[in-house]
Amino acid sequence: MKRIYMDHGATTPMREEVLEAMLPYLKEIHGNPSSFHSFGREARKGMDEAREKVARALGASSPEEIYFTSSGTESDNLAVKGIARALSSRGNHIITSSIEHHAVLDTVKHLGEEGFEVTFLPVDEYGMVDPKDLEAALTDRTILASIMMANNEVGTIQPVEEMARICHEKEVYFHTDAVQAIGHLPVNLEKQPFDLLSLSAHKFYGPKGIGALYVRKGTKIKQILFGGGQERKLRPSTENIPAIVGLGRAIELAVENIPEKSAALTALRDRLFKGLQEEIEDIRVNGHPTQRLPGNVNISVAYVEGESILLSLDLKGIAISSGSACTSGALDPSHVLMAMGLDHQTAHGSLRFSLGKENSEEEVDYVIESLKEIVERLRKMSSVYKK
Amino acid sequence: MMAREVYLDNSSTTPMHPEVLKEMQTLLERKYGNPSSLHRLGNDAERTLSSSRQLLAEQLGVKSGEIYFTSGGTESNNMALAGIARRNYRRGKHLLTSKIEHPSVLEPLKKLEVEGFQVTYLEPDRNGLLDPFQLAETVTPKTILVSVMHVNNEIGTIQPIAEIAAAIKRKNPQTIVHVDAVQSFTRLPLSPREQGIDVLSISAHKFHGPKGTGALYIRGGILVEPLLAGGEQEKGLRAGTENTPGIAAMALAARLNSENRKEKTAQSKIFKEKMLSSIETAHPWAQINGPRKAEGVPNILNISFPGLKGEIILHALEEHNIFVSTGSACHSRKNKPSHVLEAIGAEKAALDGAIRISFSSMNTPEEIEYAASKIPQVISELKAFMS
Ligand SMILES: Cc1ncc(COP(=O)(O)O)c(C=O)c1O
Ligand SMILES: Cc1ncc(COP(=O)(O)O)c(C=O)c1O
Repeated sequence: MKRIYMDHGATTPMREEVLEAMLPYLKEIHGNPSSFHSFGREARKGMDEAREKVARALGASSPEEIYFTSSGTESDNLAVKGIARALSSRGNHIITSSIEHHAVLDTVKHLGEEGFEVTFLPVDEYGMVDPKDLEAALTDRTILASIMMANNEVGTIQPVEEMARICHEKEVYFHTDAVQAIGHLPVNLEKQPFDLLSLSAHKFYGPKGIGALYVRKGTKIKQILFGGGQERKLRPSTENIPAIVGLGRAIELAVENIPEKSAALTALRDRLFKGLQEEIEDIRVNGHPTQRLPGNVNISVAYVEGESILLSLDLKGIAISSGSACTSGALDPSHVLMAMGLDHQTAHGSLRFSLGKENSEEEVDYVIESLKEIVERLRKMSSVYKK
Repeated sequence: MMAREVYLDNSSTTPMHPEVLKEMQTLLERKYGNPSSLHRLGNDAERTLSSSRQLLAEQLGVKSGEIYFTSGGTESNNMALAGIARRNYRRGKHLLTSKIEHPSVLEPLKKLEVEGFQVTYLEPDRNGLLDPFQLAETVTPKTILVSVMHVNNEIGTIQPIAEIAAAIKRKNPQTIVHVDAVQSFTRLPLSPREQGIDVLSISAHKFHGPKGTGALYIRGGILVEPLLAGGEQEKGLRAGTENTPGIAAMALAARLNSENRKEKTAQSKIFKEKMLSSIETAHPWAQINGPRKAEGVPNILNISFPGLKGEIILHALEEHNIFVSTGSACHSRKNKPSHVLEAIGAEKAALDGAIRISFSSMNTPEEIEYAASKIPQVISELKAFMS
C-alpha cells in the first residue's frame, strides 16, 4: 500500500541532513556545555554554531537574541508569561487573538485568572485579524500583544508586520508564534519589528523536543524555569545539544529558496483544492483564498464527520488531520473554525491536509480520488444527506 | 598516554549507551508521528509513548499513569516544587529543604519565597548527611512539601530517604515528600511506594540516555499545577508535542542501566578505592570532601588539593586525556565557590582546589588503572611547579 503523509502541520519527518548533523553529538561529542574540558567546549561550540544559524535564518542582529527551549509550547509560554512577569508593574493588559494555538491561549487565560486583563481579538470569516481591532484595543495598560504569523489549522497568514508597528508606536511588545511559518514564509527581523518570536524544530523537518525563542535585545523578560545559569539564566537545564544542532541545521535548510519551495507547494495545494471542489459536492473551503500557508488545505465536508473520513483515509494509507492534532483527541469542535463563524456541524466535518516537500502531483490526485470515493460512501450511510 | 579519552565526568552528563543510541536513531528516522494524531503514524507514536511509560513505571514499581514526561531534571524539579506549592497552599505555606540541593531545586524555592511561601533550609553534617529527626522537628502542620535529593551531585552523599520520609510523615502525614533522584535513579534501588516518596524527578542524560528528556513520578491523588500550558498532552499537566524518540530512548536507558546493578556497583567501588588509595598514598595531604564510605555513592569522588586550583588540575589532566570536573558543571562556569562544599563546612583552601571524579559503568578497568596512576603524578608536578 502507498503511504501518503499530508499532516506536516502536526509534525514532519526529519531530513537526513539533520540526522547526519546530529549524529556526532549523539555519539562522541556527548559533553555538557557547562563543563570546562574539551568535551564540554566541543559541545558548546556545536551549540554556538547552531545559535548563529538560527540568528542568521531569522535575520536577528545577534545570536544572543536566540534562546533554546524544549518546544514551541515552551517558547510561547516563556514569551507570554515572561513578559507579563517582567512588566506587571507597568501594566496588566494583554492582547491576543481568538485563533491562537492553545500554548498562547491557555497561558493568557491562566494570566487572566491571576488578575491580568486579556482581550481576544476576533477574526473575520477567513480567519484574519484586523489590525484596526488591535489598534482600538490598545490602552495605556497594555504590555503585550501576541498574534500568530500563520494559523496551524486554516493556514491564514496574519498581517503581523503591520500589527507589530502599531504596537511599537504605543511602546507595547509584540510576540508572534511563527511555529507554522518557518520555512514557508520569509522572516527577516531586521525589517520585521517583532520583539519575540517562537519556533519549533519538528515543524520544519527537525527533531522533536526542541524549540527556540527569539528575544530582541533590550526586551525585558523573566524566566519561567529556575535553576542553573544556562541560556543566560532565561532557560536553565543541561542543554539538549544534539537536538539544538539538529534545529540549527533544519532551519538553515528550511529558509533556503523559500520563494521556489513555496511556489511549488502552492501549486500542489491549489491542485488539491481545485480537484476537491470539482469532484466533491457540498464542500466548503476554510481559510483565506490567497493569504494562506503554501501547504495548507482546510475544508468542511457537509453531512459527514471529519473523523470518519480521516479514519477511512488512514485505511488507504493517507495521513491527514481533522482540526489540529492537539485538539483532535477532544470532542470540542475547533476553536479556530468556531471563531470564524462556522456552526458546530460544519466544524465537525472539517479536514486539514498539510502538504510537504515529499508530496507529489500523483499523490494529490490519488488523495482526491480516494476522498471522493469515501465521501460518496459515507454520505450514502448518512441520515442527514438526502439526494 | 591513553589513545582514547578517559571520561570521568559522568555526574555532569553521560555518554549514551550504544543500544540506546541505536534505538534513538531508528526512532528519529522512522517514527516521526505526532502521538496526538489519529492516523496510523500517530497511533504508532502513541504506542511507543505508552510502552515507554510502562517500562519506566516498572523500573520504579509505580503505575504508568503516575509518570509524566518532561524536558529534563530542571523542569521536573520546577514542576514538582512550584506545581505542588501553588496548588496546595491552602493547607499551608511552609516548605522544607536542605542547603545542598541542586540549583534547580533551590532557585524555584527562592521564587516561591518571593510569592509568599516560607522555606526552611536545613544544614547537613560534614559528610553532607541530613538528620531525619532534625528534619522532622522542623515539620509543622503548615508544611506542605519537603524536597530532599537522594544523591548529591557534587560529593555523592546518599540521604536516608526512607527514614527521612517516615520521620516526616509521622510528624505530618499530609506533607508531600519530593525526591530529586537525578543522580541516583538506576544506580541505587528506588521504590517510591516502599520508601514513602510521593514525587520523584529523573533526567535521562545522567543514566546513559539522551539529553533533553526527563520524567516526574507523581503519586496518584497529588494535585499539581501545570508549568507549561497549552495542550492536552500528559493529561493536561505538561503541554507540548512529545519527544517520542527521546522518551523511548530514556525508558530503554533506564532498563539497561538498572540491569546487573550489583555488579556495576561492585565495579564502581573497586574504581573508587583504587583511585583513592593511589591518590592518598602519594598525597596524604589531599582532602576528601564528603563521605568516604557507606554514606557515599561509589561513582563520585570529590577531592581537594589545598594550594592547587581545581581549574588548573582539570586542564593539566586534560593534557593526559583525562576529563574530570571542578565541583559541578553548573558551578564550573561561574567563579563562585560551591554552595555544597560551603554547607558542609569545607575550608577556603579546600573550596578552591576541589575536583570531582565521577565514574560510570562504561569506564573500563584499564581506564581507571591509567587515571589512578596519572592523577597523583600530575598533582606532584603541579605542586613542584607552584612551590
Ligand atoms: C541532582 C541534580 N538535580 C537536577 C539536575 C538537573 O538536570 P538537567 O540538567 O537535566 O535539567 C542535575 C544535573 O544537572 C542534578 O545533578
Ligand atoms: C502555531 C503553533 N504554535 C505552537 C505549537 C506548539 O509546538 P510544540 O508542539 O512543539 O510544543 C504548535 C504545534 O503544535 C503550533 O502549530
